[in-house]
Amino acid sequence: MIFTPLISKPDSVSAIMLKVLLALLPGIAMYVWYFGPAILVSITLASITALSTEALMLKLRRRPIAPFLKDNSALLTAWLLALSIPPLAPWWLVVVGTAFAIAIAKQLYGGLGNNPFNPAMVGYAVLIISFPMQMTHWLAPQGLVLTELSFTQQLDYIFQGVLPHSVTLDALTMATPLDTLKTHLHLDESVQQILNMTIYGQIGGHGSEMAAWGFLFGGLYLLAARIISWHIPVAYLGTLFVIAGIFHLVDPTHYVAPLFHWFSGAAILGAFFILTDPVSSPTTNKGRLIFAAGAAFLTYMIRTFGGFPDGVAFATLLMNISVPLIVLYTQPKVFGKKDKS
Amino acid sequence: MRKLNHFHGGIHPPSNKTQSTQVAIAHAPLPSKLIVPFHQHAGEIAKPVVQVGDHVLKGQLIGMPDGFVSSAVHAPTSGTITAIDLQLIAHPSGLPNLCATLIPDGKDEWVERKAVDYRDHSQPELQQLLRMNGVVGLGGAAFPSDVKLRIGKQKIKTLILNGAECEPYITCDDMLMRERANEIVQGAQMLRFMLDADEVLYGVEDNKPEAIAALQQAIKESNLNHDVVAIPTVYPGGSAKQLIRVLTGLEVPSGKLPTDIGVQCFNVATAYSVCRALAHGEPLLSRIITITGNVRRAQNFEALIGTPIDYLVALGEALSDTDGYIMGGPMMGIPLPSVHVPVVKATNCIIATSAKLFPQPQPSMPCIRCTRCVEACPADLQPQDLYWFAQSKEFGKAQKFSLFDCIECGACSYVCPSHIPLVQYYRFAKSEIRAREHDKQLADQARVRHEFREHRFEREKQEKADKLAAREAAAQAAKLASTQPLTPQQLAEQADLEARREHIREVAQSSVENTAVENTTERTGN
Amino acid sequence: MLSALLVMAGIAIALGAVLGYAAIKFRVEGNPLVDKIDAILPQTQCGQCGFPGCKPYATAIAAGEADINKCPPGGEEGIHKLAELLGMEFKPLGGNAVPKPKSVAFIDEATCIGCTLCIQACPVDAIAGAAKQMHTIIAAECTGCELCVAPCPVDCISMKVIEEKITNWKWKYPVYALNTVETTNVAGAALQKTNGRAPG
Repeated sequence: MIFTPLISKPDSVSAIMLKVLLALLPGIAMYVWYFGPAILVSITLASITALSTEALMLKLRRRPIAPFLKDNSALLTAWLLALSIPPLAPWWLVVVGTAFAIAIAKQLYGGLGNNPFNPAMVGYAVLIISFPMQMTHWLAPQGLVLTELSFTQQLDYIFQGVLPHSVTLDALTMATPLDTLKTHLHLDESVQQILNMTIYGQIGGHGSEMAAWGFLFGGLYLLAARIISWHIPVAYLGTLFVIAGIFHLVDPTHYVAPLFHWFSGAAILGAFFILTDPVSSPTTNKGRLIFAAGAAFLTYMIRTFGGFPDGVAFATLLMNISVPLIVLYTQPKVFGKKDKS
Repeated sequence: MRKLNHFHGGIHPPSNKTQSTQVAIAHAPLPSKLIVPFHQHAGEIAKPVVQVGDHVLKGQLIGMPDGFVSSAVHAPTSGTITAIDLQLIAHPSGLPNLCATLIPDGKDEWVERKAVDYRDHSQPELQQLLRMNGVVGLGGAAFPSDVKLRIGKQKIKTLILNGAECEPYITCDDMLMRERANEIVQGAQMLRFMLDADEVLYGVEDNKPEAIAALQQAIKESNLNHDVVAIPTVYPGGSAKQLIRVLTGLEVPSGKLPTDIGVQCFNVATAYSVCRALAHGEPLLSRIITITGNVRRAQNFEALIGTPIDYLVALGEALSDTDGYIMGGPMMGIPLPSVHVPVVKATNCIIATSAKLFPQPQPSMPCIRCTRCVEACPADLQPQDLYWFAQSKEFGKAQKFSLFDCIECGACSYVCPSHIPLVQYYRFAKSEIRAREHDKQLADQARVRHEFREHRFEREKQEKADKLAAREAAAQAAKLASTQPLTPQQLAEQADLEARREHIREVAQSSVENTAVENTTERTGN
Repeated sequence: MLSALLVMAGIAIALGAVLGYAAIKFRVEGNPLVDKIDAILPQTQCGQCGFPGCKPYATAIAAGEADINKCPPGGEEGIHKLAELLGMEFKPLGGNAVPKPKSVAFIDEATCIGCTLCIQACPVDAIAGAAKQMHTIIAAECTGCELCVAPCPVDCISMKVIEEKITNWKWKYPVYALNTVETTNVAGAALQKTNGRAPG
């Protein structure tokens, strides 16, 4: 049976996902430049895990495997998760997180298009709750610490947990800029004093702010290519800016400037790549604004008053829960209907 | 310059119209056989008024309109009716319907034609004339035009002539406007008269400059106050509700008709047929059809209703790798169950398909809720939600999310990166809901009838009981009366009666078929 | 202590009064549940459920005396609807009954002797005729209950499946290449599991 319309736009799920993957590349390049190639190992590891978990689950669920492996969605989950995990994390951490994200958060809910939560963020949440120690050892940007590992030494550590003689893990890693800020604020230091530390750069963390610029660049490409709509990034970053700005204006010694919030942690990545996941975000434009604003509010609260180093993941998951409700209450007016009841 | 409005969404598929606008409209020669369906219009099927073997003249009524929404069917040429039976027609079901088979005698001999001056007739008279001339909307839905003219007391401000022709490939209206603008304009003037409309607007997409110029020229020559508006080329700009929005800024309320907001809309080809019907007395016997797609000579033909489609595609010289035919455009057309089905009044275009021209759709993937369909939907719907409800058969929710405001234009399917046949789901859900509502009505009817029956039984039982009671009461009264002393005459009568009864009993006893007699005696005894 | 008791008692009386008033004010006449169940039942009045009609069956279901899976004409969809209304688990159709395609009774008028037995059997008065006169089915009113078939002494009544015509044709459920994907929705999955493959 043939169906009309007989013609369709040459577009596909896998092409969309591929474009999103491509848009991640500038940020990843910056990451590699400042933190070394270890992140590429995590990405590769996560990608392999994601694809094999997806294939296994599809087989168990008796679904066709090839079209779903080719849709690039598992790869996207893998990459986003790898970017949220410390690059020097042991290999099994990446594998466990990715496998959980794909098997539980995606496939058990019905696979592509049916997951209520962003799978990468579910994977991240599981890891940070189960392995907080490993998840907070972030590789220090190059040039900031005395000892640096060569690529082979990094591989040795990731896969075997072996460090060269006389090098301790603490000498290589440090807390994230957001974490450091929080810890030092607790020590009654002022924001200005803290930001003078070497791990901070122009706006956010040294190195990580440049990765954020890379993600911003990729995000703008996604907007230009009409892969995502402007609503979520604008509402997210805008709300984050306003909330952080209010706190900063009231008490600049204890609350850091809004731009710092933009360029540290996963704010930019979240605004353009994570919150915009079409499957787990609202389908109405008004809903997207509410969703992103809510996520920004939660992000700020978790970052500033919560116990976790960054709030993007939990903010995303919490807002994911409310998506059906948001969508239900933000139905747009239908042609010829005055009001949608 | 008129200020134009926009409707939400819309798409810009490749138009593929130039193939068939290179040469003028050609008259298709008379085929050797015509198959004329009795149901070519929206509404009730026309009732056959000819018999097999009848000789008919061109334009002779063969199907009488039957019902309020119905239209007449005529013999497209002179000849002999050789069959009235079920034949395959252009319908998505692929099921047959009642058709008359006409073998032309080649003389093309007309019945008596009676041209009228529309200004001399009342509106109901003109409506009846259109109905009996079989004039229906030629834009695709084939809705009887006379019904659209019965507007009651509503005031029509704007009459819109739809020459948008937004679907790719189709050029029949374009060519008609280019070549026969004068008759379109005359027809529009007649429609305006019948509707008493304040203004007449022609909505023509701006990719048809020749048609726009031709209409303007014709209006100028006839010295009429009509207005041709070039509208932006965007699919589905030719959908009535969307066109009304673009031209007037008004939205036809959901579930209402354009006349409710003082607008009425006719296709330019319909206006042309109105002109032919009134000014020339010619019923709707032929129409312009675009033959295009996988053919060597894409062209517009004026063909008789009932012409087998294989005859037309032969004129267009369909290429050898043709694997099917679509009636209508590539967005909303219907695949033909067979190439032998006849042309009907709604046939605006035949597209020959081939794997090269229309590649097999890619396999469908799950919906990722990317909302490209939302951006494309001209009815501001949420196609992804409607799809979800339709595929899981949650029809109530689908209705709540305004499924019936979907115009099935296919813009959502066109942009879907998951290649989901969305419109098919909506059609499925809509017809399923309609069928259920019908079943529900039948069930309610059955319930009422059953309850009435129960009630009747109850009443009969009650009546029987009442009768019994009354009889007993009467017996009581009689007994009471018998206690009174009797006159000697009465006593004698009683004795006589008893004796007779005794005699009858004896006879009964001796009778072989005693039961019957007993019954009668008992009955008489009572 | 005393004041506390008084306050609590006061509140109890006030709330009790409100509840009592509401019970009178918003009293529902009749048994709405029976009507709701009856609305789902197909009204064929065929008695295949073991009750003399749809309403008695509905009443029995409402009283918890009958299972929801006793109605073959309602099909699995009807059972699903009943299960949803009553918050019960879906059960497959009980007994050996199988849902049949919709049909109407047809009287072979040449054979009919005009005994009126079928007229008496018809639950919806869909048979016209009188004693010693030929009978005929009013097809539009026939529910296809088959109750008239058995009483006919000359076996002149047969059931005719309603054929698909252009007037009652429906668009089919689309089936396309990756049709296994469709069962992702939970409700849909349940439906599909019971329906076998997607229709169409």
